[in-house]
Amino acid sequence: MATARLSTRVVIVGAGPAGTRCAETLVAAGFKPILIDENRRDGGQIYRRQPEGFTRDYATLYGTEASKANDLHQSFDRLRGQIDYRPDTLVWNLTPGQLCCVSQGRHSTVDYDALILCTGATDRVMPIEGWQLAGTYSLGGAQIALKSQAVSIGHRVVFMGSGPLLYLVASQYVKAGAKVAAVLDTSPLSKRILAMPKLLACPGLLFAGMKLLAQLYRAKIPVHLGISPLQVHGDASSGVSGVRVRTARGETLTVDCDAVALGYHLRPETQLADLAGCRMRFDEASSQWWLATDEDGRTSVSGVYAAGDGSKIRGADAAEHAGKLVAMALLEDQQQPVNAGLRDEQRHALAVMDKFRLGLAQAFPWPSAQAKALPDQAIVCRCEMITAGELRRAVSEKGACEVNRAKAFSRVGMGRCQGRYCSQAGAEVIAAAAGVSVQQVGRQRGQAPVKPLSMLTEEVSP
Amino acid sequence: MTVQKADVVIVGGGIMGSAAAFFLRQRGQSVILLERDQIGQYASGVNFGNVRRQGRYLGQLELANRSWALWKRLPELIDDDLEFIASGHLRVCYREDEIAELQAYADAPEAEQLDLKIFRGEELHQRFPFLGPQVKGGSYAPHDGHANPRLAAPAFARAARRFGARIEERTEVAEVHKVGDAFSIRTTDGREFSAERLLVTAGAWGQKLSAQFGEPVPLETKGPQMAVTEPVPYALPTVIGVYTKIEEEMIYFRQIPRGNIVIGGGYRSKPDMLTRRAQVEPRSILNQFEQMRRLLPGVGNLNIIRVWSGIEGYLPDSLPVMGPSGTVDGLYYAFGFSGHGFQLGPGVGDVMAELISTGSTSTSILPFSINRFASSVEQRSKVS
Repeated sequence: MATARLSTRVVIVGAGPAGTRCAETLVAAGFKPILIDENRRDGGQIYRRQPEGFTRDYATLYGTEASKANDLHQSFDRLRGQIDYRPDTLVWNLTPGQLCCVSQGRHSTVDYDALILCTGATDRVMPIEGWQLAGTYSLGGAQIALKSQAVSIGHRVVFMGSGPLLYLVASQYVKAGAKVAAVLDTSPLSKRILAMPKLLACPGLLFAGMKLLAQLYRAKIPVHLGISPLQVHGDASSGVSGVRVRTARGETLTVDCDAVALGYHLRPETQLADLAGCRMRFDEASSQWWLATDEDGRTSVSGVYAAGDGSKIRGADAAEHAGKLVAMALLEDQQQPVNAGLRDEQRHALAVMDKFRLGLAQAFPWPSAQAKALPDQAIVCRCEMITAGELRRAVSEKGACEVNRAKAFSRVGMGRCQGRYCSQAGAEVIAAAAGVSVQQVGRQRGQAPVKPLSMLTEEVSP
Repeated sequence: MTVQKADVVIVGGGIMGSAAAFFLRQRGQSVILLERDQIGQYASGVNFGNVRRQGRYLGQLELANRSWALWKRLPELIDDDLEFIASGHLRVCYREDEIAELQAYADAPEAEQLDLKIFRGEELHQRFPFLGPQVKGGSYAPHDGHANPRLAAPAFARAARRFGARIEERTEVAEVHKVGDAFSIRTTDGREFSAERLLVTAGAWGQKLSAQFGEPVPLETKGPQMAVTEPVPYALPTVIGVYTKIEEEMIYFRQIPRGNIVIGGGYRSKPDMLTRRAQVEPRSILNQFEQMRRLLPGVGNLNIIRVWSGIEGYLPDSLPVMGPSGTVDGLYYAFGFSGHGFQLGPGVGDVMAELISTGSTSTSILPFSINRFASSVEQRSKVS
């Protein structure tokens, strides 16, 4: 068994909550995994560490999540000497058994016997007319600006969309002293009340969410529920000047601002899994494609595992459990001893969180109907500046009823973001135009490079 | 179930089959086109998009010229825009002796319509100041250009359909027989089609059908390697490719008016014919970077945002199989275009329509006859 520990090359991609807990569990079992992370520092997105030399304290940076962030960072610091940690390294492609990496312009390959993808999530965005104007950010982007660089995205910021991140980031802005002009949530109160039984699966998280809301009310931030986004106002030279929405009561509301943070919860980063040939499955509750794995994180491809929001959006707490669990799945597959009690604990915790995430999906639904209502002149794909009308014509005039076909004809999803910010909304537009379900139009196939790759990239001579 | 009949059944909906369907309808033939997946999904949809004549086998230029005349009639011809631009094409080289070879090509009588001009040294770098210092010479074809391959085959198929052709996507041929004067085609979903003329335009899968009729050809499949950069201001209207005998130097690029630079060439990959997917090999991309920095030093600061491959059929002499069957009356082939079929597409469709409708062609396609493989196959079967 000692030989397996030494000879099995285990590579973890992503040093967020899932990747860190996974590495920790493997190290405890005597493995020395390689941990590759795109960021300069560990923590992932939610527990992103500030650059070296910045000295803001945990309470300021992470608010209600400070103690979890601190725990995770400390765990990581203890692991540093026991893993092969490669920060600032992008895995841009893979072939069976080998990762293609680039770090500071140098290309290298990393062989693996077992690969654990803890690639996290990015913002899930629904377009709105005018969202291409300077000053429109994703919620995650707004959060990174604050956490990493200690800057606000604007002087008067509107937070619009739905989901827990909407309230988390808005409250973080308030706490940091930024001016929040309004929080505009597309989800109506009724959905939240209906979702309550499921949300009570994690009373702590529910309470934390309510606390965020209370903080916003205390700070006298206008919070509107059940709104329908209409337009981001502004012009090309000076950027965003306001947003216009329809309120739950049907009135038009315009809020002046110079920045908007938009988002509807998260979507998994599945590109590497897709390139590895892992099967995906459609999740009805959140109406998006996720990675198909078993309960413990085995994908459909032997030797490839996944954990955390990169395979299934369940949040940071679940990612820590899933990271431990996926490590134990790998240990089991390597005929290593596994602590069954500890494994059951993780499985149980995840089952509870699964219920909670179903509650979240019900309370803050993905606004499919908005895609259908999107005016023809609204941009769907910001990278390529393709409008909803152009995409609809690819369906009606050229007969593209599948996402990749519509992409080939219209260019939606062909730009630098590789469809991260437009392909889900694009799929909704296509589905509505073709009169079929969004599941039927499929999902955009992943293509390398996972992120843009500089042509200055050179092979490291061995 | 009723048998669906037409004058011509075409198997394979790439650009060759789609264009043939269109031109056959122009000649009044009834047409059914059967495509296993989607129109233009393989080689026709993923290629570089070169509408290039120079550098082709000289005996193919007559066909390429006929095709070029059709490209010039776009978009009116099919009432669709394929983003064709006659932007000029430059073939460059790194060695003095290669300039002489480019010169010999330009001097060939077959190449007369191409109006090729040879540039060398100082004159080359004044005319194309963005080229790297290692580039020694170039052959400039002012009328050649490029187009969008993702749009081409589907647009021809739509035009064919508007003129009355039946286009059946997701229709896979299971069996083909000749019964009397007619071909009987059964699909995997149990439908039956019948026609007196059968045109095989099945690209990398063409030899599967030709072999059924006793005409196997040594077709090999390869995956082209393509990459595209983020958009930058439109400054490089000329399509540029490297003339060389060294595989890794053999790259080409074009910039589209929206700004992205499309890059192709170098090493090719081996497609997986079971899953019908071809991968991009990371080493091909790194090689393209290295070669592009040599060819166009200013490119270094750019990022590539997407890479792709596809499935192309190659024959050993890099020439297609095109023309009537050598063994079966009423059977015609146009496949295996060996990585240079895109420009020929409209011309091949037109010529095959002419051949099928009239029995002969006004453009020579003799060098592409399937009979050129007949003797070697016979010899091989004797040996085994």
